[in-house]
Amino acid sequence: MHPPGHIHALRTTVTETHVITTTDLTKVYRTSGREVTALDGVDLHVREGEVYGVIGQSGAGKSSLIRCVNLLERPTAGTVTVAGQDLTALAGRGPRAGRELRRARGRIGMVFQHFNLLSTRTVQDNVELPLEILGTSGQERSRKALELLDLVGLTDKAKAYPAQLSGGQKQRVGIARALAGDPKVLLSDEATSALDPETTRSILQLLRDLNRQLGLTVLLITHEMDVVKSICDSAALMEKGRIVESGTVSELLATPGSELASALFPVGGEASGADRTVVDVTFQGEAATQPVISQLSRTYNIDISILGAAIDTVGGLQVGRMRIELPGRYEDNVVPIGFLREQGLHIDVLNEEPLLVKEGAK
Amino acid sequence: MTWSEMHPLLEQACWDTLYMVGWSTVIAVVGGLPLGVLLVLTDRGGLLQNVVANKVIGQVVNVARSMPFIILMVALMGFTRSITGTTIGREAAIVPLAIGAIPFFARLVETAVREVDGGLVEAVQSMGGNTWTVVRKVLVPESLPSLISSTTTTIVALIGYSAMAGTVGAGGLGDIAIRYGYQRFETELMWITVAILAVVISVIQFAGDYAARFLHRRAGQSGPAPRLRLLKAKEPATADVGKVA
Repeated sequence: MHPPGHIHALRTTVTETHVITTTDLTKVYRTSGREVTALDGVDLHVREGEVYGVIGQSGAGKSSLIRCVNLLERPTAGTVTVAGQDLTALAGRGPRAGRELRRARGRIGMVFQHFNLLSTRTVQDNVELPLEILGTSGQERSRKALELLDLVGLTDKAKAYPAQLSGGQKQRVGIARALAGDPKVLLSDEATSALDPETTRSILQLLRDLNRQLGLTVLLITHEMDVVKSICDSAALMEKGRIVESGTVSELLATPGSELASALFPVGGEASGADRTVVDVTFQGEAATQPVISQLSRTYNIDISILGAAIDTVGGLQVGRMRIELPGRYEDNVVPIGFLREQGLHIDVLNEEPLLVKEGAK
Repeated sequence: MTWSEMHPLLEQACWDTLYMVGWSTVIAVVGGLPLGVLLVLTDRGGLLQNVVANKVIGQVVNVARSMPFIILMVALMGFTRSITGTTIGREAAIVPLAIGAIPFFARLVETAVREVDGGLVEAVQSMGGNTWTVVRKVLVPESLPSLISSTTTTIVALIGYSAMAGTVGAGGLGDIAIRYGYQRFETELMWITVAILAVVISVIQFAGDYAARFLHRRAGQSGPAPRLRLLKAKEPATADVGKVA
């Protein structure tokens, strides 16, 4: 009858249910005869309970994408489904949102780069604002607001005005406010881009904690790879209004030639001579905990140089890439490379291609 | 003219001015605030974007503002009579004063409301707020310090206009200055009237500035007219540096 353990398990696990889905989402801006395509057929699938990061340079369409998810921007074509509800079907007339859409927005929290707190209201009144819109009674509003301020660690600032807070504190208020309507989904629009690295970490940690504790699905957009690296379960790379790559962090790492993976785990280093084999080793999950490099060295009695490496913990799992150099050409190293593959590692041989050309020439 | 003769004249004139300006300010705010907000909302990219309505309202406001007050007063006589039943006296002066001040205040409101950060509007929309919520919870409260400054400006302008209200027999300080001071060469009375007007305007301006600055400070923004701060020379520090060097 009261299974807290079960609920807990449900809340911390990423399920296969898609809580945000966009299908062929297109947004075209028309300004004085000119057309700018901000979104060009975006398909996004965010699973329940995960932190999903969309990364891209400014102008890639990230902002348009996140604004289309709660229909602050009306997409030109395509559909947006949040928690099983097709928001695009709820449209209103023109740019105005109908009652159903506004109610649906109330169930989607949003935090902003510049916090967007009302300067004339105290911290508590800012958090109460969404509850006022939802029509919650006064007593219940202040109870809920104080509870949320406690959750983000700002109980003592309830009566302060936003101008008296630091950037990090303002964003905590922004997050508390976004959670007031008990949303299932939180949209984060560059929430940490205006903050210093230290504060960024603490805000990301807070988002991660909320994701775990409340089972909150977080869709965030950012231009900082570190954000994706530190809290995202899945990520998508946007370029020119399209999603170029997407998947869970481990999936991306396992994808040969993945731009996101190489940006997340940049490894560099050139071969020190012509008769050397350079190999990129990708670690994910279990394999990362085994001392494969020293095993390789001992088993085949070869000297291995590490040219570069980037190993990190992503979403609680050890992942990363390492570039190593083996003596001898590729032909000489087929067996050791086979050994690495047997360990469940993903291997890319860098100077394999010229070799194939040579074979073809024979 | 002795003081005992001037005193009742001036007292009556003060009340007449206050009465006319007070009521016309109330009407101007009640009428101009929604008009100004509407000018912002119906503008391109606004929440109630409507180019035609925006152009029409804008044009009406422009025409009303470009009309000299004395002409407006004459032009509105028919309208004034239909409302107050007369075209002379204090009540009759309030109608053209208010109508003249509505578009004036509306433009000031428009400027003030336009200053509000669009991000705040977006935030309230993302919470599920409708346009009315945005106006009530964001646009008006966030621009309140500017709106108070605008009201002050409107009151001062109305005091100026009210001098012309004497032409319809509404009395007031300006009327005294013209009829007694200018037309009957009672220079002394004229200067007293001018002094009273100067004091009244200063007090209103000061009160308005104070209220606006108080709200601004509470919101942690810099005041509308930051006072010049004397730069304190950091001589001791420089001297220390010199010693070290």
